[in-house]
Formats: sequence, structure tokens, C-alpha cells
Amino acid sequence: MDLSTFIQQLLNGISLGGLYALIAIGYTMVYGILRLINFAHGDVFMLATYFAYYLVGIYMLPWWLGITLAVLLAALVGMSIDRVAYRPLRNAPRISALITAVGVSFLLENGGIVVLGARPKGFPRPEIMGKVYTLAGASIIGVSVWVPVLTLLILAALLFIVYRTKIGAAMRAVSTDMETTRLMGVDIDRVISFTFALGSALAAAGGIMWAFKFPQINPLMGILPGWKAFTAAVVGGIGNIIGAMLGGLVIGIVEIMIVAFLPWLSGYKDAFVFIILIAFLLFKPTGFLGEPLKEKV
Amino acid sequence: MDKDRNRVARSIDTAVLRDSQDEILKIEHVTMKFGGLIAVNDFSLSMKRGELVGLIGPNGAGKTTVFNVITGQYTPSDGRVLFDGDDITGLPPDIIVTRGIARTFQNVRLFNGLTVLDNVLVSYHSRIRSSFLEAVFRTKRHLEEEKAMRQNGIDLLRQVGLEHLANEEAGNLPYGQQRRLEIARALATSPKLLLLDEPAAGMNPEETRQLMKFIQDIRDKYALTILLIEHDMHVVMGICERIRVLDYGISIAEGSPVEIQHNQRVIQAYLGEEERAYA
Repeated sequence: MDLSTFIQQLLNGISLGGLYALIAIGYTMVYGILRLINFAHGDVFMLATYFAYYLVGIYMLPWWLGITLAVLLAALVGMSIDRVAYRPLRNAPRISALITAVGVSFLLENGGIVVLGARPKGFPRPEIMGKVYTLAGASIIGVSVWVPVLTLLILAALLFIVYRTKIGAAMRAVSTDMETTRLMGVDIDRVISFTFALGSALAAAGGIMWAFKFPQINPLMGILPGWKAFTAAVVGGIGNIIGAMLGGLVIGIVEIMIVAFLPWLSGYKDAFVFIILIAFLLFKPTGFLGEPLKEKV
Repeated sequence: MDKDRNRVARSIDTAVLRDSQDEILKIEHVTMKFGGLIAVNDFSLSMKRGELVGLIGPNGAGKTTVFNVITGQYTPSDGRVLFDGDDITGLPPDIIVTRGIARTFQNVRLFNGLTVLDNVLVSYHSRIRSSFLEAVFRTKRHLEEEKAMRQNGIDLLRQVGLEHLANEEAGNLPYGQQRRLEIARALATSPKLLLLDEPAAGMNPEETRQLMKFIQDIRDKYALTILLIEHDMHVVMGICERIRVLDYGISIAEGSPVEIQHNQRVIQAYLGEEERAYA
């Protein structure tokens, strides 16, 4: 194994991991506030790619507009899922909401097969993503350059929202103690809606960039990335946003490294991710940065 | 005919409410049941503007339940709560707080991961005018609004003597200051009525002494009406003008501190009946 190959694979891992991180944040933010695993999150990721596919590929909107609209639509879908499926169950036992989440996920996947068609569709690619750059003798394709850059910008914007704006402070307050936040006059449902919108927008951005990387979309494409991002959220410590970013990178890098350096195991790369999930759930369920569970008095 | 009479009756009713404007809180026959358990039974209480009333009773007497009913965290099984002449029974907590009722908790419940200043600023959240997009794009209006709020927050922290800790994480504060911050956070909602749930719990005598002075100070400074739950009799007897005693969800006595200290039923509720105790 020479160094330059290693670095090349590391960059690939970071690039893929960044996308997992974008999805993982949606899981972790919703869990932080509602203690709910939103299993439909991976399907929002899938829907966003279809929105972009129709807006740009079929209706021929310019890329910037098509992507913006697709992200907004996905945010709207995320908010609607909460409004229709989860909000009526706010005071129900947690397991009811969890089962509902699985149901919403199945609905979106199978509804997608019926409405959008099961046959995979080729995703268009903006010119800049297909451009080949030459860097120190090595040639790199645009996707590998721009996806990590965009991911970093989006993550920075997210951190700004969460840690430097009022709505971000409200989100953090709600995730610490929902009841007390209500007693401060904060409309909890608005904060929760915003959380779903923000998480879904991130997943949408991740999904569209995913489709730039792997330009084929189908209604079940959200399942595996969704599960891996969920693993990333657990590894990072579910409920913790920085943890989700970290977990995403770890999962992305592990996956790429297994394929690159243990090629005879590459068929099992997905299995490795889930072995990590099981190991963490068994031995360190609070992940890297999660807080130990406190018994409420 | 009947209709007219009803209307007259109703307008008289309203007039009565307006006349008794110095009565800020009126709890009428509130009962709170949890399944078969009656936590509070037929509880009534009225408070005048500016009064400082103590609510005491043995553990499990239903004191905190009364607080939860007033703030809207519980909807009472029966009875109603009037605040400033309006019926607020069954309103959600985030609406009731905007009417002017704030509370603190028996075991401090701060937003530990947030800074001291942010803890106070959370309550300004509902009052912010500029939209989220303005926040992201840092428009002038938003920046000005944000600046004004931070200034308000800092001012409030200065009033309670926590200004120098504004950027400290709330969870890192010593216990006495956490209690103080919790009261400051409640004050940030600009309440007319403040509910304090065992503010002196876990404090040493020196902290308790400071707290008593602090409560009296903020009452004068912010023109507050205060309802106080407290086990420390030194505090209750020292600052409350009127005391109500609950036992097993039932009001058993009310009066001035001296009256309560000599009330036989209260002594029995706290110490148990003598014959039984020695039997």
C-alpha cells in the first residue's frame, strides 16, 4: 500500500462519509428532540433526487433553481410527515411512533415504486461535476472535488444555524427539556417542524450529491444509505450533531478502506457497517459523543 | 326574556371581574385526578396583586400539582383558573406564559448545555419579529433586534448578579447560582405572577438568607405577585404574608405565619397525631 493510494482512498472515504453525515444529522436532530428514530428519513433522501430529476431532467429548469426547489420540496415533505404521522402521536407511547415511522418508510418506498416506477432512472449531471481536473499529475473528476467542498459548506451553515441563531438555541433548549421550553413561551410544534424541515433539506442536499456520484436513481435507493447514516448517528452518539458528522466520516472511510485494501472482503462492505452498528449498540450504545442516559426523577 | 336576563347577568359578571382587578389569580374548586388518585381536591385560592403567599404541606400533599395546573402543564379534572380576569383553564403552557405566569422547578431544570445568557434568551424567542431567513442573511433589522435582546438579557443578568457569568455554560454554575439563574430565566418572560417551587431546597443557611432578600427585591423591582412552595419554615415564615396548608390534596388551613405556627391541624399534619405517635 503506497501513500498516494492511501490518501486518494482517504479522500474518497471523506467524500462518501460527508454524504452519510448529511443524512445522519437529520436522524440525530429528530432523535434529540422527540426521542424518535425517523425511519422515513432515508426515503426523503430518495424523494429529493426524484424532485431534482423531474425539475431539471424533465422540466429543464436551470440547475441552481431545480436543486433549490428540490431541497425546499423535500423540506416540505419532511414537515408534512411529522405533521400527519408523528404529531398526532406526540403523547402516545414511543413505540407507537416508531412503528409509524417504519410504516411511513414502507409507504414512501412502495408508493414510489407505484408512482415513480421501479425501473432506475439515469440522473443528469451538471457540467462542472463531470469536468476533469488535473492536479499534480493526477486527474480528478469534478464530483470528487465539489461534493466534499459543498458538504463542508452545508455542514458549516448547519452549525451556524444550530449554535448561532435563536431558532437553533430553541432547538437545543427543546432537546434538553421540552416541557420547560414550553414554559418559556416557545411554540414547540414550530421548533419540531423546523427541525424536520432542516433535517430533510440536509438529506435532500446529500441525496442530490449522491446522485451526482452514483447517477442512477430508484425508489429503494434511500434504504441502504439511510441505514448506514443511522449507523453513523449511533456511532457518533445519537442526539449529538457533531457526533453525527464524525460518525458519518468514520462509516464512509471504513467502507471505502475495506473495498480498497481488503478487496476479497469488498462484497461484505455493507455487512461491516452493520457489524459496527451491532458492536456499538452492544458495547457503547451512547456512541463517541452521546451523553449517558440519565434516569429522570 | 330569558336571553335578555342572561345577557344582563353576564354583563354584571364581567363588571364584577373588572372591579376586582386587584385580584390577579383566582383558582376555583380545582380537582386533579390521576386515575383513581386524587392529587388535589376542591382547591380554591385567590391572590391579590403584589401578594406573597406560601403554599406548604407534607411531601405528596399536592403542592406542585397545583403549580402544574396553574401553568397549564396539567388540565384540571374539575374547576377553573382565572388569571387577570380571564379563564385560562386548559390553555397550553406556551400561551399561559405569555399571559404573564412563570415558574421555577423543585429540582433545577436549566438548559445545561446553553450559556447563562442563552438560557435567559430562550424566552425571548417567541417575541422575536424577524424571520428565520433574516437571521440567516443577517439583515439589519435582525441584527438590531438581536442586539436589543442580548442587551435586555445582560441587563436582567446584572439585576440578579449573574452578569459576569453570561458566557459560562449553565451546567457549570454552583448550585445557588443555578437557582438564581432559574429565577432570572422565569423573569425574562416578564411575568406578573411568579411561582417558585422550593427555591431554598439544598441551600446552606447563608445562601438561604441571600435568597430571601433576593425574592423580596425582585418582587418590589418587577411588581410581582409570588406564590411560593417551600419546606424551609424559616423562609416561609420570614417572607410570606399569608400561608395556605395542603395535606393529602385538601386545604387544611390558611392564615398569617403566626396563626399557622399555632394551628393544631397543621402541627398534626406535619408531626402526626401525638396519641398515635406514642401508641
